Amino acid sequence: MAEVTAPAYRTIPIIPKLIPGAMEGKGPYIANEKIQADLGFPGQLVDDWHDKAIAKMGDLLRKYRSVAVFMDACVHCGACSDKCHYFIGTADPKNMPVARQDLMRSVYRRYFTWAGKLFPKLVGARDLTREVLDEWYNYYHQCSECRRCSVFCPYGIDTAEITMAAREILAEVGMGQKYSNEIIAKVHKIGNNLGLPGPALKDTMEGLEEDVKEDTGIDVRFPIDVKGAEVLLITPSADFFAEPHIDSLIGYAKVFHATGTSWTLSSMSSEAANFGMFIGNYEQLRKVALRIRQAALDLGVKRIVVGECGHAWRVAYSFWNTLSGVGDGSDPDDKFARMLQQQLDHRYRQPTHICEFTWDMIERGALSFNKEANDKYVVSFHDSCNVARGSRMGDLPGGQFEIPRNIIRAVANNFVEMDPGTTRESTFCCGGGGGLLTDDLMELRVKGALPRMEALKQVSDEKGVNFLALICAICKTQFSKVAPYYGFDRKMMGGVHQLVSNAIILGDKQ
Amino acid sequence: MSVLFAILFYLATLLFVVGLLSRIATYARTPAPLKIPTTPAPTTQGGVVLRMAREVVLFESLFKANLWIWSMGWLFHASMALVIMRHLRYFTDPVWGWVVLIQPFGLYAGITMLIGLCGLWVRRIFVERIRYISTPSDHLWLVLLIGIASSGLMMQFATHTDVIAVKSFFIGLMGFNIGQLPADAPLMLHLFLVVALLALFPVSKLLHAPGIFFSPTRNQTDNPREKRHVSGWGKKMESES
Ligand code: SF4
Ligand code: SF4
Repeated sequence: MAEVTAPAYRTIPIIPKLIPGAMEGKGPYIANEKIQADLGFPGQLVDDWHDKAIAKMGDLLRKYRSVAVFMDACVHCGACSDKCHYFIGTADPKNMPVARQDLMRSVYRRYFTWAGKLFPKLVGARDLTREVLDEWYNYYHQCSECRRCSVFCPYGIDTAEITMAAREILAEVGMGQKYSNEIIAKVHKIGNNLGLPGPALKDTMEGLEEDVKEDTGIDVRFPIDVKGAEVLLITPSADFFAEPHIDSLIGYAKVFHATGTSWTLSSMSSEAANFGMFIGNYEQLRKVALRIRQAALDLGVKRIVVGECGHAWRVAYSFWNTLSGVGDGSDPDDKFARMLQQQLDHRYRQPTHICEFTWDMIERGALSFNKEANDKYVVSFHDSCNVARGSRMGDLPGGQFEIPRNIIRAVANNFVEMDPGTTRESTFCCGGGGGLLTDDLMELRVKGALPRMEALKQVSDEKGVNFLALICAICKTQFSKVAPYYGFDRKMMGGVHQLVSNAIILGDKQ
Repeated sequence: MSVLFAILFYLATLLFVVGLLSRIATYARTPAPLKIPTTPAPTTQGGVVLRMAREVVLFESLFKANLWIWSMGWLFHASMALVIMRHLRYFTDPVWGWVVLIQPFGLYAGITMLIGLCGLWVRRIFVERIRYISTPSDHLWLVLLIGIASSGLMMQFATHTDVIAVKSFFIGLMGFNIGQLPADAPLMLHLFLVVALLALFPVSKLLHAPGIFFSPTRNQTDNPREKRHVSGWGKKMESES
């Protein structure tokens, strides 16, 4: 891979001049035969890919209202055209959300509308050729499914839905993405994205207990496979060993310890991430989610709590109830969901985000903090795209913005906001979401981080921000990796529960 | 000539109604298997109605996105709504009270509609990004609407059209009586473009009008934890496994 350099900061965030073809041929590696076979996809491009792709598209148009409506409704107003971080960072016009959708819309018009059948040129319709298919692969893997465009579209058109549909078609004709599909297969086989088997996980947790004991003198437990525990913690597997993720895991354990909550991990289901969403495949999405249901039933837990991870929280919050019954409010004759929902304790939200858990405990006065422990930091907070625009925390709309901030303010003295055009529902993706967190997309990742890095640069220059608090495993990895390209220290990236961990006063101290 | 227009109008209306209903039926029939509202989203049905109302009446999301598109787009749509309401006078006898009331505004709305359309077109031509995403049909739709608006204004302010005769023609059409249409160029152009608009509506991007009501990112309630959301084909998988 050629040397990647970060694009220059824009003094005023002007919209870049188009550079057509800037990101042509820069997509990720294609999955090999074995990886494809593991998920039941064809190993390489099938001979009748053209007909299969069109048939699959017809299938998706019948199965997803989003796809059906979004293909028709766009008026090419351009409101979304400057909203994507990948467009801002690369200036490639095909990274404008509307242009990204049009890669598929042009084919839709040609095969599914009579205007496009009769007058293709007039309405911008085109045949599905091999070049078009390659273009799909390239540019539908330069979208992190962050939904920023959908906030600004007058019809709520969500490019993420189109990207997912395109990826599903691609996988179906033999052009799956190596990174995502390899990871999904590992979850099916072993239970987490890393392929970390149960015994290794146990060792790691024991190691952590020793570390924390050494640090604090207190026996904070990291239990695993404990039947009858109250809480099952489902967290991204990066939390088990990656930096800075692990510091947040320690934070969760300390919160559970300090509040006297019995909890457990599951070695069978040790992953919150669900890359089935990234590849847009309902079956895969569901299959991965069912592991959590199974673990909850096997361990007999009363609550399911989810660790810091963006897309995982979207899946948990928005999809788990549908996919696996983790939630509330099933119909009386819904045996599948009832089986689990009768076991869960509905005085609590099911599932609960770890930030909801911690904030509830803070509000109840069950936790106390030594805020000075975080005085070396001036903290800012990055809203994760999937949490911000695909989920909620607490009871009120927008709780996903307030609750993490409330926690930060409760555990640290110096908190400042970044430019409001880049936070809350307008937040920018870190640049590595949606199945793009792979080294073969390094150039895209560096360039896609530009808008967030600009906002960070501003507050770090003006207000001395030296810690960016995160609630997503992908954000943590992505920023740690790309921040140095922009002249930041990777150590300034960390989790919200890392700050909690620093400041929490553990009950039986001394 | 009158007979030709009568046939065209019947045909266009038929295409419009049947085409539109069939698209709407497709949208309504297609399931939304997962909860995907763009959050923060309302947690109650009433909240969703309010959100949709803000989108449809005020173009809330567009307002957040871009003030130029919003102001021109809103000006055009709001004016058009007034103009259409004013046109009810050609189809009702006696004319409804509120239609009489908005008559003076309806006239000026024709002008502001034209301004809005031109503003949108200027943007489409001169802003590099928007030019890039525009297809020939995007330009043609603007030409068509500008044609409708200006031919209408011409009848009002330049040439004189016998609107009483036009009205009796349309009232007649509604009772399947084909009367006499005044033969006058701006009127012909105006009516011909309207016929084209009606006929092409259901196969074009004008489907954004019904589409917005079916957009799952806008019309879903944010309550996935509280209420299990199931769709037909998703549910089927459960009985299979
Ligand atoms: S979903 Fe995000 S990454 Fe994809 S096109 Fe929209 S703004 Fe860009
Ligand atoms: S904002 Fe929506 S309607 Fe406008 S160009 Fe983008 S996707 Fe199309």
